[in-house]
Amino acid sequence: MFDSPMQRAARATPPEIARRIRGLSDRTVAWIFVSPTILLLLAVNIFPLIWTINLSFTNFRANRPNRAIEYVGFENYQRILTDGDIWLTMQATAHFLFWTILLQVLIGFTLAWLINRKFKGNDLWTTIIVLPMMLSPAVVGNFWTFLYQPQIGFFNYIVSFFTGVDPASFQMIGDVPLAPWAIVIVDTWMWTPFVMLICLAGLRSIPGYIYEAAEIDRASRWRQFWTITLPMVLPFLMLAVLFRGIENFKMFDLVVQLTGGGPGSTTELTSINLKREAFEKWRTGYASAYAVILFVTIFGLASIYVKALNKVKER
Amino acid sequence: MKTSSCLAAPVLAAVSGLAATAASADDLTLCWAAWDPANALVELSKDFEAQSGHKMSFEFVPWPNFADRMLNELNSGGKLCDLMIGDSQWIGGAAENGNYIKLNDFFDAEGIKMDDFIPATVVGYAEWPKNTPNYWALPAFGDVVGWTYRKDWFSRPELQTEFKKTYGRDLGVPETLDQLMDIAKFFQGREIDGTTVYGAAIYTERGSEGITMGVTNALYNYGFQYGSPANPYELQGFVNSPEAAKGLEFYKALYDCCTPPGSSDWYMSEDIDAYKSGQVALQMNFAFIWPGVNADANVGGDKSGYFPNPAGPGGHFAQLGGQGISVVANSDQKDAALQYIKWFAQPEVQAKWWQLGGYSALKAVVEDPAFATSQPYAQTFLDSMAIVKDFWAEPAYADLMLAMQKRVHDYVVAGQGTAQEALDSLAKDWTAIFEDEGLL
Repeated sequence: MFDSPMQRAARATPPEIARRIRGLSDRTVAWIFVSPTILLLLAVNIFPLIWTINLSFTNFRANRPNRAIEYVGFENYQRILTDGDIWLTMQATAHFLFWTILLQVLIGFTLAWLINRKFKGNDLWTTIIVLPMMLSPAVVGNFWTFLYQPQIGFFNYIVSFFTGVDPASFQMIGDVPLAPWAIVIVDTWMWTPFVMLICLAGLRSIPGYIYEAAEIDRASRWRQFWTITLPMVLPFLMLAVLFRGIENFKMFDLVVQLTGGGPGSTTELTSINLKREAFEKWRTGYASAYAVILFVTIFGLASIYVKALNKVKER
Repeated sequence: MKTSSCLAAPVLAAVSGLAATAASADDLTLCWAAWDPANALVELSKDFEAQSGHKMSFEFVPWPNFADRMLNELNSGGKLCDLMIGDSQWIGGAAENGNYIKLNDFFDAEGIKMDDFIPATVVGYAEWPKNTPNYWALPAFGDVVGWTYRKDWFSRPELQTEFKKTYGRDLGVPETLDQLMDIAKFFQGREIDGTTVYGAAIYTERGSEGITMGVTNALYNYGFQYGSPANPYELQGFVNSPEAAKGLEFYKALYDCCTPPGSSDWYMSEDIDAYKSGQVALQMNFAFIWPGVNADANVGGDKSGYFPNPAGPGGHFAQLGGQGISVVANSDQKDAALQYIKWFAQPEVQAKWWQLGGYSALKAVVEDPAFATSQPYAQTFLDSMAIVKDFWAEPAYADLMLAMQKRVHDYVVAGQGTAQEALDSLAKDWTAIFEDEGLL
């Protein structure tokens, strides 16, 4: 007869240690196993969060170690919430968030619906479609700046081909009305495949017999879509929206590469603005308050959204 | 100053220890921007390696990320760099935050005199507080914004005739900003050798310091001042004077009328590319690019000429660039780093520096009778260095710079508001920063 791994471990444990462990309750043993992870989480997540909240009430600057730190109460929060320029960055972020999510959900779902059908080259097309999300955002941002070049850019020539306007007559990343759309287009190009994959998982999770029953009941395709496909894919779609929402709320790299926040401050999203305050101006206390406000906003919105998601799943 | 007296001790120790440590080899890392002069410095530093036995390593960061990366390095107390060729505007912060060591005692001990360097570079790159004999760097690389133009296009008879007919004067090097605008307009959208060309490549970059380094060349010459002569932190009526607003309007007009499409976020490298690829007749850029232009196969030699920033109705100035070389206070190799500075300050090394493409700031080099004719751009460099003005070098330099980047880019490129409103907002931003600093 073979020993079980537990028996072998018990034999290998030195008697002194074995005696000590025998005296411990299951709960204590569980704590021993969990405590390293909890300590790690406290060190890298909770402590920095508490420290950031603490700093947000000060005038601390990380590049002025010799300067006295003063507690300024809620002054940083008040300055941020009454600063018109920060509200403009919030507006730019809201525009970016709304349109990228809307377009990615619509296009991603449509692509998933098309890819879900059986046709020749299905796998190849799936691979081609997901390629953009495999690229680094810095690379994507860089090569789209070339695509958007008015004189040599492919994008302008495509627009020119279909509309007849001079390709050098408009600048996607240099014109105030166009720049917010330029970043929306690139993010949609890059991340729609991600939404598509999640939707595809949802579509493939719907058992075939439900559609067969609907067919027997002579339900139209349209009816099948509204009563079977959409409700069953909805939790997946909502999950995709949650992921993309959180990601795009803190969007930084792609937009910095594309526009640097310009022209002017047209595409200066909150994360770019926050980075400038924290690591270029080194207003650490102020930036901490800014980060806390963003954290509370994301956390609050995400909590409400997750509750809604759970309700949809329960239906 | 408390900081300086604290730092003087390690400097003295380092100076007195130079002889003792010369025998032992150290690895020194020099940090600078990634650009043509850095390559020249690598070449030049081989002589130092041979003489001292120390091994040199280099950390070069592209300009748009240079300040961000290196100021992070200094502020976080990193040990990556032993020697830093930091931008002129960092000097206040680096001195007050104890990032650089003070070099006065070292200079005295080694007989290095600041009087031997171009005065503007000493004030701009080495002194903090400005105009006081407190030195934190050795002037390493003189630089200034100037202009490059297509001499071959300017000399075409048909273009000369048309220009004279239109503007009533010869097509030549502009002496005023208005003349420069005329030339840029003249070339904008023109077909030359079957290609559409544009007027001027100017600085418009938003992320770091680009548009500020460009627009100041117009602002200064229209009458913009950083502050009252009596109180440098009194800004109202100086930063946002009506004359300064006119200067800002000029820069926007130049951007709107005469730059290539898609140039809304251009700095040094984009301007170089546009010029070398034959897109533009005029190029605004720092003087460091001139050796590269002169050697370029497409636009080099007689095809290009150089001129200082033209005068405006309110004066004749140009934006100072360039850097000094400093020893990083956090370095473990301070004595070897000081040895490098001592070696670099020697006249024969400075002469070779100029030959390799580095702009020496040593008077013995630039005042040599042969200097002005040694390169086609040498005289323009001297003329430009005589009219320099620099941005704030306060410890709050980054705050001041970012505020200006925003206000100016919002107006010039994004077209939001008026020039007067942009400068009023800038004066307000800067006042708030100085209040935060306790200076007002």
